[in-house]
Amino acid sequence: MLSSLRTGVQGVLRAASRNIQTSAALQHDSLFVHRDTPEDNPDIPFEFTEANQKRVDALLGIYPEGHKRGAMIPLLDLAQRQNGGWLPISAMHKVADILKLPRMRVYEVATFYTMFIRRPIGKYHLQVCTTTPCWLRGSDAVLKTLVEGTQCKVGGTSPCGKFSISEVECLGACVNAPMVQVNDDYYEDLTVEDTKEIIEKLKKDEKPKPGPRSGRFASEPLGGLTSLSEEPTGPGFGLQDGLK
Amino acid sequence: MAGVLARVIQRTKPQLGVIGPLVTISSSNVPVRYQGTQKQPEGKQRGGPLADADRIFTNLYGRHDWRLKGAMSRGDWYKTKEILLKGSDWIVNEMKTSGLRGRGGAGFPTGMKWSFMKKPSDGRPHYLVVNADEGEPGTCKDREIMRHDPHKLVEGCLIAGRAINAIAAYIYIRGEFYNEASNLQVAIAEAYQAGLLGKNACGSGYAFDVYVHRGAGAYVCGEETALIESIEGKQGKPRLKPPFPADIGLFGCPTTVNNVETIAVAPTICRRGGAWFSSFGRTRNQGTKLYNISGHVNTPCTVEEEMSIPLKELIERHAGGVIGGWDNLLAIIPGGSSTPLLPKHVCDTVLMDFDALVAAQSAFGTAAIIVMDRSTDVVKAIARLIMFYKHESCGQCTPCREGVGWMNKIMYRMVEGNASPKEIDMLWEISKQIEGHTICALGDGAAWPVQGLIRHFRPELERRMAAYASTHGPSKAERLY
Repeated sequence: MLSSLRTGVQGVLRAASRNIQTSAALQHDSLFVHRDTPEDNPDIPFEFTEANQKRVDALLGIYPEGHKRGAMIPLLDLAQRQNGGWLPISAMHKVADILKLPRMRVYEVATFYTMFIRRPIGKYHLQVCTTTPCWLRGSDAVLKTLVEGTQCKVGGTSPCGKFSISEVECLGACVNAPMVQVNDDYYEDLTVEDTKEIIEKLKKDEKPKPGPRSGRFASEPLGGLTSLSEEPTGPGFGLQDGLK
Repeated sequence: MAGVLARVIQRTKPQLGVIGPLVTISSSNVPVRYQGTQKQPEGKQRGGPLADADRIFTNLYGRHDWRLKGAMSRGDWYKTKEILLKGSDWIVNEMKTSGLRGRGGAGFPTGMKWSFMKKPSDGRPHYLVVNADEGEPGTCKDREIMRHDPHKLVEGCLIAGRAINAIAAYIYIRGEFYNEASNLQVAIAEAYQAGLLGKNACGSGYAFDVYVHRGAGAYVCGEETALIESIEGKQGKPRLKPPFPADIGLFGCPTTVNNVETIAVAPTICRRGGAWFSSFGRTRNQGTKLYNISGHVNTPCTVEEEMSIPLKELIERHAGGVIGGWDNLLAIIPGGSSTPLLPKHVCDTVLMDFDALVAAQSAFGTAAIIVMDRSTDVVKAIARLIMFYKHESCGQCTPCREGVGWMNKIMYRMVEGNASPKEIDMLWEISKQIEGHTICALGDGAAWPVQGLIRHFRPELERRMAAYASTHGPSKAERLY
């Protein structure tokens, strides 16, 4: 009888202490929640500079009356550029004021798009494409070189504060794979040596030459054109009869 | 992702499934599998190679001046006024004659799309939206147009705008393309200064504006309704259709959304005639197309070629062949990451056009060819694509938000072989539960690569699982199920 009692108690205990299934802690590489920090809190004022204020007016001008909200993404981008590559919460509030929107509408957008970075970031943001076309051409080696060369973890900032590395999804230069985006410029057709050279130049604050590194100009096949070798035809070539 | 994710043509969906009567009809020289109900098209049986004189993007490689002066010397902005004065019906008719199908992936006939905008006006303005949110892995054709031939796009906006009676065009360009957006902006400014755009565009009396709107990094914004949401300053979450954008689109007004390439070929089609354009490629697949050839080829490149060119010829002629020779080929993803892969024996003969690739249980997509040779870990390649979709899912529909995450987890276990063979069917089932049960087609795009992998590489998956079991003992999944 005692044994059956023990089994019963165990059963109750087991039922009471069943594992609680938790969902995955983090589905995304960046934090969605804002936490006040000394560098990023709503008390730090943010104003657009005079030059940028003109840009703000120009951007608002391209959206029709009543739909000025359309300027949200360009304005957030402008604020981010002004603030050295990342978007503080006070800039979001400023954009909300300009667009006369509740702040929540701006938070929604700023957290949805991956190009809005809501934490301080290094001077050079190295974005390595590791999606399949780049991966096939050796993006893993490029990423490894960058991590070793800058002493910076993927998703983090280097100890010197100059570099931040992100592993990103397809950047749309698959024919020139593997590639890295440093701030606004694309560095394409990379080898490990090219990657090292780029890091060294950036460490000295020199701008490496953007574009393909394999000796080609753009996306033409390396080692001789297979098309477009003739001079382009001029105006009116092959004009149809209806327009003559 | 553009139209790859636009689920416009429902007809193709059942054909992509495994079920369905497939018969093999040998045509004159190329054996292609056709669905029993589908008639073999008449006329031209294959395309390519294309002569330089018939190429539309003459400055694709940026070897000439891309600015207004250079563009005009290559024939852009020539007789644009006359084209505008011919009127909307004439332009739409030329597009219909040309047989141009949308170049963003779904392949919806452009002339028909434009004719949807011809309903009697209710006072709301019409808008043209150009989808330059190019983010489909493998695809980089629009980038070349925007940085090296931006005037083709600007002129295309004007002509397409005239055809649908729009007051303005918004070009939604992905945020990462900063330098491309700058070139485009310069081209637009030049066109305004030269009086080609604005209140009296090209002196035709037609008022038209072109604006550039930069995005901020979201693949899903390539879906047309998500793109519209994004221009309106909201999260890029696709809208339910209907109402279609042709009824309620940008700012609540009738809108047409077209891919960059579709818009950029329109002026040349109008100048040289729809009949000229339709003389290339097989019936229902006419025209020329920009192909991106990436991955394991000797010289990866972007090239303009005729539609219906055999895949093998395209790769060998322009991309220097597969690394290690054609026999070293393992598989090819023919139309951007969303399309199911093709094993080598299909690649030997398949033609690059909409119908031939549907018949081969894949899709033409954006014609972004990703080549994988025998050294490739094909399971990892597909798993990496699924990670991409997991990352880019907007989170609006449960099947996509949760299902793609599951597929990602299972796929990465399968890379090691740490899975049960029964899970292959489970994975297939998950992909079928995602496909067609979401608002936009991102879910479909995530499901198809997995289905393609299972269809053609099931033995490889099973081999890995057996190898894993022999070294590590039965996997946890094997013990659980």
